[in-house]
Amino acid sequence: MTLPTTEEILDDLGFFDSWEERYKYIIDLGKALPAFPDELHTPERLVKGCQSNVWLEVAGNNQRLEFIVDSDAIIVKGLLVLVLAAFNEKSPSDILDFDIDGYFQALDLERHISPTRGNGLRAIVAKIKGIAQATQ
Amino acid sequence: MATSNIERALRKNERGAVALSFDVYEVRKQFPVLQREIDGNPLVYLDNAATTQKPQAVIDALVSYYSNNNSNVHRGAHILADEATRLYEAARDSVAGFVNAFSRKEVIWTSGTTEAINIVANGAKQLLSPGDEVMVTQMEHHANLVTWQQVCKHSGATLKVVPINDDGELVVEQFHQMLSDNTKFVAMPHISNALGTINPIEELIPAAKAKGAWVLIDGAQGIAHGVVDVQALGCDFYAFSGHKFFAPTGIGALWGKEDVLKDWPVWQTGGEMISEVSYEDASWGELPNRLEAGTPNIAGAIGLGAAVEWFKQFDIDAVKAHEEAIMQYAVEKAKAFPGFIIKGNAKNKIGVLSFLLEGGHPADIGFLLDKQGVAIRTGDHCAQPLMNRLGVPGTARASFSMYTTKEEIDALFDALKKVQMMLM
Repeated sequence: MTLPTTEEILDDLGFFDSWEERYKYIIDLGKALPAFPDELHTPERLVKGCQSNVWLEVAGNNQRLEFIVDSDAIIVKGLLVLVLAAFNEKSPSDILDFDIDGYFQALDLERHISPTRGNGLRAIVAKIKGIAQATQ
Repeated sequence: MATSNIERALRKNERGAVALSFDVYEVRKQFPVLQREIDGNPLVYLDNAATTQKPQAVIDALVSYYSNNNSNVHRGAHILADEATRLYEAARDSVAGFVNAFSRKEVIWTSGTTEAINIVANGAKQLLSPGDEVMVTQMEHHANLVTWQQVCKHSGATLKVVPINDDGELVVEQFHQMLSDNTKFVAMPHISNALGTINPIEELIPAAKAKGAWVLIDGAQGIAHGVVDVQALGCDFYAFSGHKFFAPTGIGALWGKEDVLKDWPVWQTGGEMISEVSYEDASWGELPNRLEAGTPNIAGAIGLGAAVEWFKQFDIDAVKAHEEAIMQYAVEKAKAFPGFIIKGNAKNKIGVLSFLLEGGHPADIGFLLDKQGVAIRTGDHCAQPLMNRLGVPGTARASFSMYTTKEEIDALFDALKKVQMMLM
């Protein structure tokens, strides 16, 4: 699957009136995420949340970083697609420059990356930014 | 299980001795938070095992204390200190009476169940030695597991874990078999926070006492679902939190038998808990102060006292009958709901419906319920080893209180239908 761009996502989500439609869209994004190779479900790749888990695999260099991700919760998977739209196949400096909080605010989903949500999403954003920092 | 209490309540009603005075809709009016709406839906608060809401009487007690009487206790030479001390110690009397303590000295204020257990564990760590055994169960909350695991690590004692069956009930025969002359301590929950299982502690405590072990009951869930009579139970310690019993957070109590507590190794040291102090040494004060160092949570204690007094107005049999009817109603609806998997099918359970939905992760269920104004908890419920034992990463948990209505259970299942539709 080709990941949607942040612009496409902002457009799509802006189109829906009800929360049901918005989350159905996010759930569908999550379902369409390419399968994460099972052998990569290792403790080193795990970002443990208290309610759901996220796995992250990274490849690339200081020009371009590629990420593949997985979660055991489908809504988190969908939200990860939104995160990847911002970060995947971008340079470390683009990743570090990207205002993820503003993006989630524009999507009206900022609750999901607030510290009270134990879904690992905030941790994954921090991890990706950390990787970008280290590869810069 | 529900029938006996309903019958008893009805019988009393017929006799007119105690009216079946419990009207859940009237009770709800006393809880400001329960009047809230979330995104246009009435709040359906089903996270009562995490914390209960507070009635106006408790809120008023806090406001009144801070508005009129705020002072430090036991030390000021002025009227506020005198009033604050009276209110604070009256709250201790309320709690002592409520759990049927032998004396008021047996009630130690703590920040909650966790601290209460830690006070006991801190002593046990010093009193136990290699060869001694500590027994806990497979259904422990981390607060009553990690504490004892660490006691064993530090003292050299051995930790024994009593198994549960697939329904989430303690295997009672195993409990008896695992008891030995080396068993020095038994710590177990009154009611499981993750599954709602009510343990037969009335039967287990005497068996442990017959071996000479100290017995601690984790009463975090037990305190809010019926009458706790520590004299009848015969345990040595009963630990509980105020906030799961309509009182503020940050206050709880350790009840302990006076002759055990009076020599129990002291916990925190500092002001209030001492008798004589020199630069070189100190001696400890009397109960209850010797286990209460520093300025206590005065307002919290007064709030807990107010919660007890508030709760005492109800016919407890009628409250229990209501809670049992709600539990039974929820289980019936759950059994009729396609794809609903109940975790914890104990014959004797109260207050908790732990579950999974086929094809749905608990976090997704919790989130999509929240969008519909239904508040539950998802995750491991601070019981990771129990979740491993049940072979699940976690569960969704709806938990009930005395103010939970059948309409709220209906709202839960209506909302779950939508969750299922969205996830499939």
